[in-house]
Amino acid sequence: MGIRERLSGNEAIAIALKQINPDVMGAFPITPSTEIPQYFSQYVANGEVDTEFIAVESEHSAMSTCIGASAAGARAVTATSSAGLALMWELLSVAASARLPITLACVNRALTGPININCDHSDSMGARDTGWIQLYSESNQEAYDNMLQAMRIGENSKVMLPVMVCQDGFITSHAIENIELLETEKVKAFVGEYNPENYMLKKENPMSVGAYATAAYYMEAKRAQAQAMIDAKEVILKVAAEFEKVTGRKYGLFEEYMMDDAEEAIVAIGSTAGTAKEAVNMMRKEGRKVGLIKLRVFRPFPMKELAAALSHVKAAAVLDKAESFSACGGPLFAEVRSALYDCGTRPLMVNYIYGLGGRDVMVENILYVFESLKEIAAAGKAGETYRYLGVRE
Amino acid sequence: MSLKAKDINESTPWRDMTLGCAIFEPMTSAAVNTGNWRTMKPSFIEEKCKQCLLCVPVCPDCAIPVKEGKRTDFDFFFCKGCGICYKVCPFDAIEFKKDDKREV
Repeated sequence: MGIRERLSGNEAIAIALKQINPDVMGAFPITPSTEIPQYFSQYVANGEVDTEFIAVESEHSAMSTCIGASAAGARAVTATSSAGLALMWELLSVAASARLPITLACVNRALTGPININCDHSDSMGARDTGWIQLYSESNQEAYDNMLQAMRIGENSKVMLPVMVCQDGFITSHAIENIELLETEKVKAFVGEYNPENYMLKKENPMSVGAYATAAYYMEAKRAQAQAMIDAKEVILKVAAEFEKVTGRKYGLFEEYMMDDAEEAIVAIGSTAGTAKEAVNMMRKEGRKVGLIKLRVFRPFPMKELAAALSHVKAAAVLDKAESFSACGGPLFAEVRSALYDCGTRPLMVNYIYGLGGRDVMVENILYVFESLKEIAAAGKAGETYRYLGVRE
Repeated sequence: MSLKAKDINESTPWRDMTLGCAIFEPMTSAAVNTGNWRTMKPSFIEEKCKQCLLCVPVCPDCAIPVKEGKRTDFDFFFCKGCGICYKVCPFDAIEFKKDDKREV
């Protein structure tokens, strides 16, 4: 079963795209996602794919290219990071509202200011309200697996939304890990072809895309878009179940690690979950009832499911690898804590902002968070909820 | 889903809108009154007009209808009062004044 390899996260994404053989890639290089279009353009040059690779002059044009291609009826992909994603901003919303299921490999990197090229989630977290489905990956394997599932989700007729497959810049994008690839024919069978009901090159049914919607129509368009995001949750789970049948690898909206009897829990996104699992294992050996929730799907946000998974816990810490400058916590904290509002019993909760601009998070940092949670549970009050982890005081 | 533009109006529920507000027929802009943006208004002085037709191709919209090789009066449903036709007319056959009445 499968092909055993060792690949970086960027290579894993590039190979997934090679196996899928999309119609169009419009991309512009930016650290740390540069390697994805770089590897992919080699596949194009070698004739290993028949994708139209469009080298553009900016990320704004990269996403514009994808929008045009997708509207024409093509399966379009791109890859970017940080300021590149920020330059796409205007078009991210256009792609989602025009209901074009473009796939974007986001290699998470801090937004500039101060200049920084290392990992945090400020780029994709900033894009959280643009209407894109967001899947986050802990490892190279998950980045590959999420990419194979992305198009089945976005292109589903109930969804028709663009999908962002995120992984942590450098931490997984450049680190080489063991990985199990699916055979190309199985990838093609699983992902299938993109056959939209309507597209601009369908001569039997000419159409215009990107219409002007006055106040009399804009809100109805947005409500329909919101419904697509609501409906996406079921599709994500259905695609994950089919993916499990093919690969044996199980995916959900989030992963629960040692959560059944957990009294203290951490909620995190991305590669930090691997570090946190190690900390959980260490604490479990000492008899501590601790667990981890690793969020895979941030958009749509699994509110009810998270509430059910966390309501029995005494104290929980939400780890945000992005600031939102709300002056009261990061974006994940705000949404996770809101999810628990309707629960009769709910944990005391705190937020830790961590890992900004590539600041390493180590097992010791996570152990420190669990120690804080123990104190919070014992005291019966959370104290200051807006906290920083690993910053020099 | 491929509703025609005429099937969608200001009482259409959100579930009945086309995906991404796509429009499935050409020329739907012909039904949209864009003349109501106008603040200046041209007027056609037919007796001065030599039918040179210089004004027709410079109109950015379709506000100067041509019938049997001759231009006719302005179509104010589309005329936004840009004044390009007035500038280009060599025979002073177009006047250009502030649009007080805002008739369309």
